[in-house]
Amino acid sequence: MKMFRFSRKQLCIPYALFLICFVVLPLAVIVYYAFTDGSGRFTLDNLISFFTNGNTIGTLCYSVVIAAVVTAVCLLIAYPVAYVLARSGLKRGPVILMLFIMPMWINFTLRITALKEILTLLEGNLSLHPFLNTVIGMTYDYLPFMILPLYTTLLQLDNSLLEAASDLGAGPAAVFFRVTLPLSMPGVASGITMTFLPAMTNYVILDMIYNSTYIMGSLIGSYFNIYDWNNGSMISLILFAVICVVSLITGGEDQDDARNRGAVL
Amino acid sequence: MTAGKETRALSGTENRKSSGSRRRKGLNVSLTVFAAAAAILVTTMAAGMPGGALAAETESQTSAQTSSGSGEKVTLRIANWEEYIDEGGWDEEEAIELEDSENTVIFGENSMIEDFEAWYLENYGVEVEVEYSTFGTNEDLYNQMTLGNNFDLVCPSEYMFMKLIAEGRLQPLSESFFDPEIEENYYIRGVSDYIKNIYDTNTINGEPWSKYAAGYMWGTTGIVYNPEEITEEEASHWALLADPKYKGQVTIKDNVRDSYFAALGILNEEELLQPDFVNSDNRLEQIAERMNRTDDETVAAAEDILKQMKENAYSFESDSGKADMVTGKVLANYQWSGDAVYTLDQAEIDDYTLAYAVPEECTNIWFDGWVMIRDGIAGNAAKQQAAEAFINFMSRPDNVVRNMYYIGYTSVIAGGDSDIIYAYADWCYGAEEDAENTIEYPVGFFFSGDDSDPDYVITAEADQINRQLYAQYPPKDVLDRAVVMQYFDQENNQKINQMWVNVRCFNLASLTWQDWTKIGAGVVIVLAAVVVFKKRDDLFRKKI
Repeated sequence: MKMFRFSRKQLCIPYALFLICFVVLPLAVIVYYAFTDGSGRFTLDNLISFFTNGNTIGTLCYSVVIAAVVTAVCLLIAYPVAYVLARSGLKRGPVILMLFIMPMWINFTLRITALKEILTLLEGNLSLHPFLNTVIGMTYDYLPFMILPLYTTLLQLDNSLLEAASDLGAGPAAVFFRVTLPLSMPGVASGITMTFLPAMTNYVILDMIYNSTYIMGSLIGSYFNIYDWNNGSMISLILFAVICVVSLITGGEDQDDARNRGAVL
Repeated sequence: MTAGKETRALSGTENRKSSGSRRRKGLNVSLTVFAAAAAILVTTMAAGMPGGALAAETESQTSAQTSSGSGEKVTLRIANWEEYIDEGGWDEEEAIELEDSENTVIFGENSMIEDFEAWYLENYGVEVEVEYSTFGTNEDLYNQMTLGNNFDLVCPSEYMFMKLIAEGRLQPLSESFFDPEIEENYYIRGVSDYIKNIYDTNTINGEPWSKYAAGYMWGTTGIVYNPEEITEEEASHWALLADPKYKGQVTIKDNVRDSYFAALGILNEEELLQPDFVNSDNRLEQIAERMNRTDDETVAAAEDILKQMKENAYSFESDSGKADMVTGKVLANYQWSGDAVYTLDQAEIDDYTLAYAVPEECTNIWFDGWVMIRDGIAGNAAKQQAAEAFINFMSRPDNVVRNMYYIGYTSVIAGGDSDIIYAYADWCYGAEEDAENTIEYPVGFFFSGDDSDPDYVITAEADQINRQLYAQYPPKDVLDRAVVMQYFDQENNQKINQMWVNVRCFNLASLTWQDWTKIGAGVVIVLAAVVVFKKRDDLFRKKI
C-alpha cells in the first residue's frame, strides 16, 4: 500500500513539470512584461492606458458581447439536443451524438471555409452582416463543446430522483425545472467555460469570416506585431483576469446549485 | 459562382505557360499556422511568446552523408519567406525551353538548396550545409530574432531591412561581392540598373541600402479588378478602395503599411493628379515626400479615410483576397503585383478575365532583399563568403528563371550579359506567331535602362497591356510614379499603429441611442431570466 502511494505521487511529476514550464513560467513572463516599460522599468502605464482608451474598452465590450451571445445561442441549441439524446432513450442516441461531435474531427479552418461558402450562398455578400456571421461561425465551431458536457451530465442523472419527483406530484415542467435543470448545472457551467473563453479570443474565425473589427485576441496580436510586448502582455493579463472572473462565477454557481437544489429532494 | 469553379480555382497547381501557378499551395499552411497560434493563445495564455506562431520548420538539407571529418565545413542559416524559393521536383513536361541565344532549357530537378550546396563545393571547394527556415511576416522574423534565433542570411522586405540597418544589426556586403570581374558574381553583373540605382540612392543614416542588401524580388502595389464591372479609369485611382458605389465589393490589405499608403493616396489624390505636378521635374521626390508623411494631421486624416474604408470594404485580408477575387466574391482587390499575377493566372484557368491597374496618383515599389545578420556571421569570413555566394547563386540567370517560375514574382535580376531572363519574359508573355491583336510592349526600362531600346520589346497579346505583363514588368510611366515607402521609426511606428488599432477596434462612441436601447433591452431580458430562474421554487410552489 505504501509503495502504491509513493508511485502515484511520482506520476504527478510530469504533470507538475508541464504546469511549471507551460503555465507558470509563461504567466510569469507575461506579468513581467505587463508591468514594465520598453526599458524594463516598473510601470502601471500599460494598465492605465488600457482603461483610459475608448478603443480598447470598446474592444473588450465587443468581445464580451460576442462571447456572451455565442454562449447563449450554443446553450439554447445544445441543451435540448443533449436532453433528448440523453434522456429519451433513443436507440440511436450515441450515433446522433456522434454526428454532432464529428465536425470536431475536422480542422476548424476547413470547417469555417466551408461555412463561409454556405453563408455566401445564403446572404450573397458576407460583409453585410459581420456580427451575425461571427456568431454563426463561432456557434458552429463551439457547439460540440457545449453539447458534450451537457450530455454527460444529463446521462448520469439519477432516474430515481425524477421518479420520486413525479411520485410526489410534480408535473413534467416542475420535474424539469426543479430537478433536471439544477442537477445539470455543472454541465451547463463547464459548457459555458468551454465556449465563452475561446469565443473571446479566437480572432481567426473573425478574420476568416471577414469581420474586420478587432476582438481581444486580434488586439493582442496587433501589439506584438509592432514589438510592443508590454502593452500586449498587459492586455493578455486583463483578458486572463476577465476569464478568471467568468470561471469563478460559473464555478461558484454550479456548486451552490448542485448542493442546494439537488439537496431539496 | 459554381462550386466546381471554386474547387478548380483553388486547387492550384496546373502547369501553365505563364508563371506563378506553383506558388501558394501554402494557403492552408498559413491558415494552420494561424490556427496553431490561436490555439496557443486560447489554451495556454502564452500569448507573450510570439515565437509560438512561427513556422520554424528548420530543416537540414544535407543528409549527414559524407564529410570525412573536415573541420572547414560551413553551416549557413538562412531564413526566407514561405514558398519563396524553387523546391525542384518538376515534372518533365514543365521544362522551359527558352528561345535565347543558346536555347537554354530550364528544369528544376533538385531543390535550389541542394543545387547550391553542390555548386559551392564545386566552385569554392568548401562543403556547406544550409539550414533553411521560413517565416510568414516580417514581424515574425523580427520577433524570432529578438527571441534569440540567430540567422546568417535573411530575406525581409525593404522596410524591415531598413529597420535592421538603422539598428546596426547587419553585416555589410564585402567589396569583392561588387566586383563584376569575378566569374561567380552573378548578382552585380545581372542586377537591373533601375533596381541598382534605387538600392544605391536610398539611404539610412547616410548609408545606402546596397552596402548591406542585395535584391531578390520586387514589384508594385495596385488593384486587381473585374473589367466587366469596374472600368479601368475607376481602378486607376486609390479612391476606388473607399468608393461607396462598390460597398462590400472590395478587399483591402490587412497590414498597416499598405493600408496607410492607400489612404494617403486618397488623401493626396487631387494634388498628385494636377498636370503641373505630374509634369514637374522632381515628381518622384515630391510623391515620395507626400506619401511618407507621418505628422499628426496626416495620420488623423488617414484614420478617417481608413475608417471609411473599413465600413465600405468586403474585408481586410492577408491571404484570402486572391481566392475571393478568383471566385468572383469581390470585384476589386488591393494587391501586390506578384500576387496580382497569380490571381490573374488562376482566374484565367476558369476563362474568367481579370485585370490589374496601378493607380495614377502613385504606387508603392517594394522589395524583398538578402541581408546578412552581424551576430550570425560573427566575423566568420568563411560563412560570409558562403552567404554572398548564395546570393550570387540565386542571381544566376537560370536559377532566377526557376525561382520566378515557382514564385510568380519578378526578380531584380535583368541578366546582364545573359539574355535568359528576357527570353523567359518573352516565353511567358510573347504572343503566338499567328496572333492577330498584338502590341509592342517595351521592357527596356528594366532590362537595359533605356525604355526605347529596340532589343527589349515584347510582342504580346493586346490585353497584356493591363494584365500579367503589366504587373510583372511595369512600363516606364508606372515606375515614374513608384516610390519607396520608408520605414517608420519607433515613435512613428507607435503612432501609426495606434491609429490602425483605432480604426480596427470597436468604438463605443459609434453606437447610436437606438443601439443602446437594444442593448439595454437585452440586459433587462437576461436579468429577468436569471431572476425567474432563481425564484423558480416560489413560482412553482404556488402552482403546486
